[in-house]
Amino acid sequence: MRHIMAKSLAPTDSIRDYLAAQEKKSLLRFLTCGSVDDGKSTLIGRLLSDTKQIFEDQLAALERDSRKHGTTGDDIDFALLVDGLEAEREQGITIDVAYRFFATPKRKFIVADTPGHEQYTRNMATGASTADLAIVLIDARQGVLRQTRRHSIIASLLGIRHIVLAVNKIDLVDFDQAVFDRIVEDYGQFSRDLGFQTIVPIPMSARYGDNVSGRSDNMQWYSGPTLIEHLESVSVEEAAVEQPFRFPVQYVNRPNLDFRGFAGTIASGAIVQGDEVVVAKSGKSSHVKRIVAHGGDLKQAVAGQAITLVLDDEVEVSRGNMLVSPAARPQVADQFAANIVWFDEHALLPGRSYILRTETDQTSATVTDLKYRINVNDFAHEAAKSLEMNEVGICNISTRAPIAFDPFAENRTTGAFILIDRISNATVGAGMIVHSLRRAENIHWQSLDVGKRVRADMKNQRPAVLWFTGLSGSGKSTIANLFEKKLFATGRHTYILDGDNVRHGLNRDLGFTDADRVENIRRVAEVAKLMADAGLIVIVSFISPFSAERRMARELMADGEFIEVFVDTPFEECARRDPKGLYARALNGEIKNFTGVDSPYEAPENPEIHLKTLGKSAEEMVDALEHWLNERDIAEDQYESGGGI
Amino acid sequence: MITALTHLQRLEAESIHIFREVAAAFAKPVMLYSVGKDSSVLMHLAMKAFYPAKPPFPFLHVDTTWKFREMIAFRDQMAQKHGFDLLVHVNEDGVRDNINPFDHGSNTHTHVMKTVALRQALDKYGFDAAFGGARRDEEKSRAKERIFSFRNAQHVWDPKNQRPEMWKIFNTRIASGESIRVFPLSNWTELDIWQYILQENIPIVPLYFAKERPVVERDGMLILKDDDRMKLRPGETVENRLVRFRTLGCYPLTGAIESDADTLEAIVGEMLTARTSERQGRLIDRDEAGSMEKKKREGYF
Repeated sequence: MRHIMAKSLAPTDSIRDYLAAQEKKSLLRFLTCGSVDDGKSTLIGRLLSDTKQIFEDQLAALERDSRKHGTTGDDIDFALLVDGLEAEREQGITIDVAYRFFATPKRKFIVADTPGHEQYTRNMATGASTADLAIVLIDARQGVLRQTRRHSIIASLLGIRHIVLAVNKIDLVDFDQAVFDRIVEDYGQFSRDLGFQTIVPIPMSARYGDNVSGRSDNMQWYSGPTLIEHLESVSVEEAAVEQPFRFPVQYVNRPNLDFRGFAGTIASGAIVQGDEVVVAKSGKSSHVKRIVAHGGDLKQAVAGQAITLVLDDEVEVSRGNMLVSPAARPQVADQFAANIVWFDEHALLPGRSYILRTETDQTSATVTDLKYRINVNDFAHEAAKSLEMNEVGICNISTRAPIAFDPFAENRTTGAFILIDRISNATVGAGMIVHSLRRAENIHWQSLDVGKRVRADMKNQRPAVLWFTGLSGSGKSTIANLFEKKLFATGRHTYILDGDNVRHGLNRDLGFTDADRVENIRRVAEVAKLMADAGLIVIVSFISPFSAERRMARELMADGEFIEVFVDTPFEECARRDPKGLYARALNGEIKNFTGVDSPYEAPENPEIHLKTLGKSAEEMVDALEHWLNERDIAEDQYESGGGI
Repeated sequence: MITALTHLQRLEAESIHIFREVAAAFAKPVMLYSVGKDSSVLMHLAMKAFYPAKPPFPFLHVDTTWKFREMIAFRDQMAQKHGFDLLVHVNEDGVRDNINPFDHGSNTHTHVMKTVALRQALDKYGFDAAFGGARRDEEKSRAKERIFSFRNAQHVWDPKNQRPEMWKIFNTRIASGESIRVFPLSNWTELDIWQYILQENIPIVPLYFAKERPVVERDGMLILKDDDRMKLRPGETVENRLVRFRTLGCYPLTGAIESDADTLEAIVGEMLTARTSERQGRLIDRDEAGSMEKKKREGYF
């Protein structure tokens, strides 16, 4: 074991010089991608080794691991250097992106080594989202594969404009120029419409180092740069500073009454003390009084800097809003078209509500229209009702509140968002905004003088949406019907929206796939909302099997207006009753996607009213409902008159 | 007007962005303060991120009771100087059972006094986000970890199922009991850290600088005899040697290196010619293959 360090011989001055030179180095972030076994991890291992980033103790560990898990015979298996997870080393595959760091005398590099397997595409996208250049590896024996295309398309969608086409394992095809030329030709054809500014093809052997850092003697026919030469010299700088000023407000810093600073990272452009800025969502204007920094105020700041701005006057700005240049403002809209890459094993369903997050803003959003899915092999636009994991599509999106944004093609920071599942909190998709939809700009809310309250008062009642959910045959319709009769008898104004009945009219065009079920619920929820707005007590009787859609319906209504009623009858009992003979047919396989049989039912976890029907009569259920509703009205009346406080 | 930021400016801005994101999105964040050089940089960045306010979260030190005495003195001095809210947590069960690195080995000691202690502290205060100073260049499983790294209610990291992390858009949503470990220094290298310490003149524990210190050679490492709890084995002697530390942890588990680097410049100069990685001096990484990943899955930082 070595614990003796080389004596530090370098005098202090030369260290200072060295550090000054380091300071001026630029940074290039890139990723390696491509299909499984094209040698991505091996290439990174080679880069680290050739640039002397591997320490002796790491090399010793690598030699040990190579003997244990290696796939390269007696040679060192460089892939083991980057495949850092135990599962990866055991299976000999890359599961997640690894970040590695190296430097040459000219540049510093952060490399994202991304997995080739299709099932880990989301991890490749993670690596690509912060990269400026992609090395697309191709096994010279295999040529352009499906994953090569998928990764190239995703890289293009995520805004990468520079590609190195690394034709690897060229030693295994006898360093044959014809093979190289054919692959370059194929890739050029395929990627013509992907908007790459540069594609630099390099024939190489990552395992033996040909054309990685040193020029290969085996390929006299190749006169282009080695990989390192190209990485050191390629210009990827985008003139973010030249773009209009964009400052997404991340955090309002308010330590005391005398200081109110807006903290955030400048997404593009520059700001000088005294400049006019506009609040994107309100259009209100102000001026920059101070640019606050730890070591003293700044006169100016540019894209990429994390700063704190103090404005001249007390304009209303909070997290999620943006301070922008008055001359070139972003778009503010609640409907827009976007490219979506889907990550989750549960498919994207139009109509389902997701959480949409931009860098600092958050709202809920639904896909109103899935326009098409992109076939990664030939770019064909294919009609689709949902996006499965790792698929790419273009969608119209509608958000609950407007967001401020730029098209992604113009600004990689203000044009991007992620989608989050409301229940699991998983990051399920990434979006790149194409443009806003004009209808959002032209349709404004009509403000109406006669409101919900007045309409309900006239009926001497409080509006409510009683949402009955439960399996087919659980007794929803029977109870709903009886309940409405009772309400009607006491002079209440009601309406029943019944699943089967609505499917004969409004939702006649919908089937029973997951996507159609979501849309079915969305429409009914919107109708129920209008009826509640009209002052009615609405009874919705729908199987509504997915908790995500019930939650979406809940969020549409005013607070306290949505009452989830779980009609809880066990599956066996429903199948036994089978009032419409549907269970018998479903269990025979004659009906597909039948809830409880081959389509899931997600029982409510915290329903306002939980009706356990076994051994009880429908009348008892109705009494329980009426009691609950009366209690609510009394409580609210007391609250409003102050009596309950 | 400046147009492009330098490498360090970019790293600094990224870290500050991460700090602010956590302050804005979480109810109860905490910063894990381990007193080492990375913690010093982390603290400096936190001060910058919220200036003129103080960082809006407490600093937590998980004390294994085996840290170098100079680290504890430095910790208290920093807390006083910057006025941050310092919480110190010790696993009292481990103290009661007299868990220590000499009798129980690094594995058990680290698990009880560090990993379990950390989980205890996070549960006790109900923190929903915890900053740590880990860097991706330190170790291969760290190289795979997200900046915002999800932990379930049992504090478990699932490396095979991490949330995608796109751009600078962080998914900060968690259910009750779950938490996020946040690593603002993810993209910094060891050299970047030293360069930044030099540039910003950030105070660090004096143990990083070479000095004559009483050390014992044991299992191929130079261990500083920091107090009387370390008993000499037959044949061992205490020698005064000119040494310093590249990383700091529990003194019985942290090897010193012979060096005469007593200034920051000299340390950087030495680093540039280093032939071994900094974690080489840390016993805990070598116990078994993939040992860091295993510890991290159990809740270690």
